[in-house]
Amino acid sequence: MELSELWFLLVAVLFIGFFFLEGFDFGVGMATRFLGRNDFDRRMMINTIGPFWDANEVWLLTGGGAIFAAFPHWYATMFSGYYIPFVFVLLALIGRGVAFEFRGKVHSLKWTRTWDWVILFGSILPPFLFGVLFTSLLRGMPIDETMTLRAGFSDFINLYTVTGGVTVTLLCFLHGLVFLTIRTVGDLRERARHLAERLIFIVLGMLILFVGMSYLETDLFTYRPLVTLPMVGLIVVSYVVSILALRKQKDGLSFVMSGLGIMLTVATIFSALFPRVMVSSLGSTFDLTVYNAASGAYSLKVMTIVAMTLLPFVLGYQIWSYYVFRKRVDGKDMVY
Amino acid sequence: MTELMLARLQFGATTIFHFLFVPLSIGLVFMVALMETFYVVKGQEIYKRMAKFWGHLFLINFAVGVVTGIIQEFQFGMNWSEYSRFVGDVFGAPLAIEALLAFFMESTFIGLWIFGWDRLSKKVHLLCIWLVSLGTVLSALWILAANSFMQEPVGFVMNNGRAEMNDFFALLKNPQLLVEFPHVIFGALATGAFFIGGVSAYKLLRKQEAEFFRRSFNMAMVVAMIAGVGVAFSGHEQAQHLMESQPMKMAASEALWEDSGDPASWNLFSIVDVENQENKFEISIPYALSYLTYEEFSGSVPGMLTLQEQYEEKYGEGNYIPPVKTTFWSFRIMAGAGLIMILAASAALWYSFKEQLMEKRFFLKLMVALISFPFLANTAGWIMTEIGRQPWTVFGLMTTSASVSPNVSVASLLFSFIAFTLAYTALAIVLVYLFVREIKKGTEHQGEKEDRHESIDPFEREAYHTWN
Repeated sequence: MELSELWFLLVAVLFIGFFFLEGFDFGVGMATRFLGRNDFDRRMMINTIGPFWDANEVWLLTGGGAIFAAFPHWYATMFSGYYIPFVFVLLALIGRGVAFEFRGKVHSLKWTRTWDWVILFGSILPPFLFGVLFTSLLRGMPIDETMTLRAGFSDFINLYTVTGGVTVTLLCFLHGLVFLTIRTVGDLRERARHLAERLIFIVLGMLILFVGMSYLETDLFTYRPLVTLPMVGLIVVSYVVSILALRKQKDGLSFVMSGLGIMLTVATIFSALFPRVMVSSLGSTFDLTVYNAASGAYSLKVMTIVAMTLLPFVLGYQIWSYYVFRKRVDGKDMVY
Repeated sequence: MTELMLARLQFGATTIFHFLFVPLSIGLVFMVALMETFYVVKGQEIYKRMAKFWGHLFLINFAVGVVTGIIQEFQFGMNWSEYSRFVGDVFGAPLAIEALLAFFMESTFIGLWIFGWDRLSKKVHLLCIWLVSLGTVLSALWILAANSFMQEPVGFVMNNGRAEMNDFFALLKNPQLLVEFPHVIFGALATGAFFIGGVSAYKLLRKQEAEFFRRSFNMAMVVAMIAGVGVAFSGHEQAQHLMESQPMKMAASEALWEDSGDPASWNLFSIVDVENQENKFEISIPYALSYLTYEEFSGSVPGMLTLQEQYEEKYGEGNYIPPVKTTFWSFRIMAGAGLIMILAASAALWYSFKEQLMEKRFFLKLMVALISFPFLANTAGWIMTEIGRQPWTVFGLMTTSASVSPNVSVASLLFSFIAFTLAYTALAIVLVYLFVREIKKGTEHQGEKEDRHESIDPFEREAYHTWN
């Protein structure tokens, strides 16, 4: 395997990790509005992700940094080409980050409500826009011979990309609800499970719709069908097992399966892209690939050594922090 | 307005705003770690209260620093795509390492610290805050390694029409980094120390919790003194190095058009006439510039016009003189603020030693006002560094006008600039409001929270039913 291929895999792993971890953060953020009945509920929910959300978001920053270091052309084309969507992603992440910290600082209805809205939009917009981004990447964007992307509104926002965006958002919402079933107690936990049980059908429906549209809009199933098809099958199986587990109140298993569903979805998108990183709608010669977008061999070698040295530590202490805060949030010991 | 102007304006505004919070975070978390260390070693409860109170303010600030930092990770690609293509091979690596090494460390251990007071042993909890502190310093190291490459490109070869890395360790041994990193870290420690000093002075003026804030004040001023001297020395080193690496920036920061005399005198004040490339009026200190650049009382410093000729020969036609007035005055604001801070820290330590602090009401008021000085110095320092490098983004390799994204329109830029400005203004207002509120409240509210800390283990059947 060439190093640039390895780095494609690493970037994929970072985004898979990001959607698995920050996925439930986003979902919990959405649940504050759609599941929470009062301030106490909302505080419980925010506290379930309190010690983790910041580190989870770093998976995205590291993903961005890894793209910059390993694939400068990918970084340059994507971030400049998707300028306005990224402005919204950034605004959402900025608002959401401070909202968690500031929400509980002043005890007034107006104050709390304002930050609750910020948390809601800050939790919906990023997964939606990332869904739009990845689906449009797959479908192809007008990238010219200088690797410059000049797209119009309908390239970003069309029926297919919106379907992709909504699907990813719902995957995160579901993931967050199932996360709440393993992190809370009592009535809130029951309600989270109940809502998840109903939502999962919509999620499955959206997934099937999305897969169908992908068949029409992209080369997802002709480009590498022997990998893609089984993976899509596995995604459906994951969610079916997740729902069965929920019904038997095996919340832990349900969470693992919903996480697997999200991870496989991201993995499918990346494997369907490979070796392309951005598909050009102007002709396949203008595609950005892991070969023409990558850094030089020396740089990739250095980064490989650094990443392989640091990642075990990062994973180690992140897992440890989840272990330290393994106890469910019961409303008695809340920081936020 | 052109794309280039707007892109520069936005980058400058978002980066300056971000860097108001970064040094305060680095400085505050170091102080908090120090306080918690005292608590763990000496076992006195007051140090725990100190760590919690100042930690509280740190967290508010840290949140804003973190979220305004997210933009930094992406906006090279968003606004400076040509730059990213050209140097990504070299410049991307330190950014990725910063995320992998520092961001993960900071974010994970800050979570453990905030939520772990009752779940971790004292020592492990203390270790967490020190790891956060280490994380902030490592973060600075890697982003400054990236910045140093822009000031003084090293460790690369030109290949495939771009700069490609060929020596990773050269990036870390970059002479520019060796002078820039300590300067920034000492500056950050001074920022945290003067913040704590100023807030404590405010509380002492109102005679609230005198013991608590007197101790905070003293601790902060010891750090302020050490950091202040450190800033001055590393700044001096940096000026000497500047003479070798970017003499044009040096000349611009002195508004030196023609070569200086030998020995060179230092302009305290000049009325700079950029159009006629001369100074209308100067107040200068003899020998001082020679000493600042060479540590000797002799030696001439080349002027901008001489360097312009040299650069035209080397890089082709063009204007290689940066905005002179901005570079000149930002240097003086930075150095002036730094000097005043060192004097203030010395006076503070003297009054504390003499036990006269509480009577020196005017001095305490001054200390409150001085909270703003490190921010002024940090900002002016970076303006000098970045404006003084113009017209280059990477000195000698790539100009700013060649760096900008070709596919981001004026309309998009205007939208993003207005959106970020509004968001940041709102953030600033909320932040100041929360700071003032928390500071006025003092440490009294800390007790309330702890009453709720006894929790029921939900895994016990009984507890679970009680809760239901």
